[in-house]
Amino acid sequence: MEKFLDLTYNGLSSGAVYAALALSLVIIFQATRLVNFAQPAFALVSAYTAFAVIQATDSYWLGFGAALVVGALAGALVERVVIRPIASKSELNAIIVTLGLLLVVQGVIGMVWGSREHGLRYAFDYKGDFSPADVFAVASIAVVAVLVFVLYRFSPLGLRMRAAAFRPEAARLSGVKVGLMLTAGWAIASTIGALAGMLAGPPFLSPHSFDLVFVFAITAAVIGGLDSPFGAILGGLLMGLAMSYVSGYVGPEVATLAALVVVVLVLSLRPDGILSRPKARKV
Amino acid sequence: MSSPTRERAEGATAPTSQGSPPASPKAGFWKRIPSPVRNLLLAALALTAISGLMLFSSDLSSLRYAAVGYTLLAIAGLQLLVGGSGQVSLGHGAFMMIGAYSMALLVLHLPMLPLAANLLIVVVVSAVAGLLVGAATARLHGPYLAGATLILAVGLPGLAHRYHDVLGGSNGLRIRVAGAPPGLENLVSDEQWTSIVVWTVVLLALAVLATVSGGRLGRRMRSVRDDETAAAMAGVPVGSTKVAAFVIASTAGGLAGALQIYVLGTATPSIFTLALSLTLLAVLVLGGVGSMWGALWAALAVVYLELWVSDLAGLLEMNSNVENNLPLVFFGIVLILVLRFWPLGIQGIFQRLAARRRLSETSR
Amino acid sequence: MSTEPILRVEGLDLHYGPVQALHGITLSVPPEGMCAVLGANGAGKTTLLRALSGLHKVSSGKVLLEGEDITRLPAERIITRGLAHVPEGGGVIAELTVEENLRLGGLWRSSRTDKKAMAEVLELFPPLAERRKRPSSTLSGGERQMLAIGRALMAKPRVLLLDEPSLGLAPLITQQIFDLLRDLRKSSGLTVVLVEQNAAGALATTEHGFVLNQGKVAVSGASDELLSDERTRHAYLGF
Repeated sequence: MEKFLDLTYNGLSSGAVYAALALSLVIIFQATRLVNFAQPAFALVSAYTAFAVIQATDSYWLGFGAALVVGALAGALVERVVIRPIASKSELNAIIVTLGLLLVVQGVIGMVWGSREHGLRYAFDYKGDFSPADVFAVASIAVVAVLVFVLYRFSPLGLRMRAAAFRPEAARLSGVKVGLMLTAGWAIASTIGALAGMLAGPPFLSPHSFDLVFVFAITAAVIGGLDSPFGAILGGLLMGLAMSYVSGYVGPEVATLAALVVVVLVLSLRPDGILSRPKARKV
Repeated sequence: MSSPTRERAEGATAPTSQGSPPASPKAGFWKRIPSPVRNLLLAALALTAISGLMLFSSDLSSLRYAAVGYTLLAIAGLQLLVGGSGQVSLGHGAFMMIGAYSMALLVLHLPMLPLAANLLIVVVVSAVAGLLVGAATARLHGPYLAGATLILAVGLPGLAHRYHDVLGGSNGLRIRVAGAPPGLENLVSDEQWTSIVVWTVVLLALAVLATVSGGRLGRRMRSVRDDETAAAMAGVPVGSTKVAAFVIASTAGGLAGALQIYVLGTATPSIFTLALSLTLLAVLVLGGVGSMWGALWAALAVVYLELWVSDLAGLLEMNSNVENNLPLVFFGIVLILVLRFWPLGIQGIFQRLAARRRLSETSR
Repeated sequence: MSTEPILRVEGLDLHYGPVQALHGITLSVPPEGMCAVLGANGAGKTTLLRALSGLHKVSSGKVLLEGEDITRLPAERIITRGLAHVPEGGGVIAELTVEENLRLGGLWRSSRTDKKAMAEVLELFPPLAERRKRPSSTLSGGERQMLAIGRALMAKPRVLLLDEPSLGLAPLITQQIFDLLRDLRKSSGLTVVLVEQNAAGALATTEHGFVLNQGKVAVSGASDELLSDERTRHAYLGF
C-alpha cells in the first residue's frame, strides 16, 4: 500500500509537468491548428536562462521570473517571425518547421553551454515523499489551469482569442486583431512551457532534458483531445500515473511501452481523444 | 496533408502512367512496355550505373553509397505513406528497428539461411508489423496518428532493454556478414560488394514501390489522401487502403533496417531513436513530398549534409561545442528556410527551374 | 439627393489574381437611407461588400465613409469607424454562447461589457434574450441571423452592410427582419445596405437600388422605379 501511495505521488508530480506542456500544446493547437514541436525549445531556452540568472545573482526566484518572461517573448517572436509566414500553407510543413526550430535551439544551446549537464536547483526541498518541490509542481499547475480557464472563459482578451481561433473572419469584423491574438496565444502557451521547464529541469539540465517529457506531453494532449484544455490536464495526469505504476510494478524500461498501450487503448475507443467534441471546447 | 500543388508533384511520382488508355500506335515503344517491366528495366539501368561508379570509388565512399541506398528505401516507403496516402507517421524508425533486429536474430540463430531468405523473412515480419500498426491506427487522422506513431518510435526500443537476453539490451546485437563471394575477391572489395548488394535490393524494392504507386492501389491512396469522404463515396475501401499503405511503408522500412545492419554489423536501441524517425520525416518534406526523386534528395541530405558540415567545422577550427552542434543547427536552419521559400522542398526547386527553362525555350 | 452621402464608392476595381471581379464601381448611399444591391449570382455583390468592409484588398478606387477615406484600412479598423458588416450566413461563432457573441460585438469600444447596449439588443430580439447562456450552435437559422445583426449593432455602427439576410429563412421571418431594419433606421438613424438575391422583397423594403452585372453597376435608381421598370426586371432581376 505504501508503495502504491509513493507511486501515486510520483505519478502526480510528473503528470503535472506533462499536463502543463500538454496544455501549452493545446493552446497553440487551438490558435494555429498546429502541433508545435518547438515547445521543448521554449522550455529549454527558459530553463537555461534561469540557470544563467541563478548563477549570476544566486536568487532562484529571479531566475524563475526571468524564465517566464523569456518564455513569453520567445513564443511571441517565433509566432511572428517563423510560424506566420508558413502556417497557412501546409500542416505538415509547419510541423517540420517547428521541428527545425527545435534543432536550431538545441544546437545553439549546445554551442553556448555544451552538451554536458548543468545543475539546476529545485524551488523547494525535494527530498522525501511528496516533498515541498512536488507540492509546488502540482499546485502551480493547478493555479495555471485555473488562470487559463478564467482568462479564456471570462476575460475580454480570452473572448477575443477564442473568436480569433474559431472564426477569424467574423472576429475581424467585430474589430478583433486576429494576428495579435495568435501571438498572444503563443506567448501564453510558451510561458506555460517555461513553467514546465522550470519544474521538469531540475536536478540536471542538458540540451535534451525535455525530449522525453515532451513526447509524453504530446501523448497526453492527444489522448485528452487536442481541442480540449481540460483533456490536456486529464491526459497529463493519466500518463504520469500510468507510467509511474508501470515502472514501479513492472519495470522502468517498459514505461514508454505502457504509454504506447495507453495511447492505443484510448484512441481506439475515442479516436479524437477523451474530451474531444465541441461541447468540451468551452474553456 | 494538404499541398497546394499536388498536381505537379504527382507528375513526378516515378515514370509510370498505367491509367492511360492502351497505347495508341503513335505512343512510343517505351510507353507500351507494361509498367512493372519498365520499372525493372529502369532499376537495372540504375544498378549498372551505380555499380560502375562503385568500382571507381574508395571503400569508404562505397559504404556511404550503401548508406544512401538503405536510407533512400526507408524514405521512399515513408513517402508512399505520407505523400501517397496522407498518413503522417512519426514512427518510421520503429519499422527499421524491427527489420534490423529480425535480420540480426536470423543471422545469429539460423546461420545456414542465405541472405535472400533472410531478407524475405524480414519482409514478411515487417509487413505483419505494419498490418498491426496500420489496423490499430486506421481510424486516427492528422495529429492523432502522428502522436500515436511518435510514442511507437519512443516505446519500441524499450523492448530491447526488457528482453535483454534475446535482444542484447543497450549493447544490441552484433552480426558478421560474409564479404565478396569467392571468385570475385580480386575484382571488388568487401565494401564494394556490400554496397552493390544493398543497391540491388533497394532498386528492386523501389521498382515495386513505383509500380504500386502508379497502379490502382496508388490511385486509391491518393484519392483517400485528397478527401476520405469523397473516396468512400466513389467506392474506394478507405480503411483497407490506409492499412495497405502502412503495410507497404513498414515493409520498405523493415527492409531498409535489415540492409542497414547488413552494412553496419550492429543494431542497438540507440540507433533507432525518436531522432531517427523525426529526421526521416523531416528530410522527406525537405526533399519534396509526393515524388520518388524527393526521397533521393532526402537520402543524400541525411548521409552527406552532416558529413560536409562536420568537415567544414573541422576546417574552421572552431571550439568543440560549436563544432559538435553545427550540423544540428545547420540542418534546422535548412529545414526552416527551404520550407519557408520552397514549400515543395528541393524537388520543388528543381521542378520550378525545369518549368522556367521549358518556358524560355518555347518563348524563343 | 440633397444631403451629403454617408458612404461613397468611387471607381472601385478589384482583382482575384488575374481575374477582375469589380470594374469601376461608383455609387453613393444617402444617410439614414436603405439601399439594396441586387444582381445575379456572381455579379459581384458579396465581393463589393467584402471590399467595403476591408475583407478584400481593393486594386484601385476609393471608399469614403462620411467623407473619410477608409479604402486601405483593414477590417478590424473599419468597424471602429462606424461601418459594420454582417457576412453571408451571419458569421455567428457557433462555439461561443449567445451572450459572448454579443459581447464580442461591443468589445472594440470598451473592454467592459456595455450593459445598456446589450439590453437594447436583447429587447430588439426577444428570442435571443431567452437563450442568452446557450451555445449559439443551438439556435435556429432565423435566430442566428438575429444574433448576427445584434452583434453588429453592439458595435454601434452608422452604416450596416447585410449580406443576404434572407438566405435559408422562411419568408415570414425574412419579412420580420426587414421590418426590424426599417424600424431601426427610424429610431437610431442607421443606414442599411442590403445585398439580396430576393430582389422583389428587397426593393419593397428599400428606397434605392443598385443592380450589379458582371462586376459593374448596370442600373441604379429609386427602388419603386426599378420595381416597375419592366426592362430592368427582365434583364437583371429575373421576375
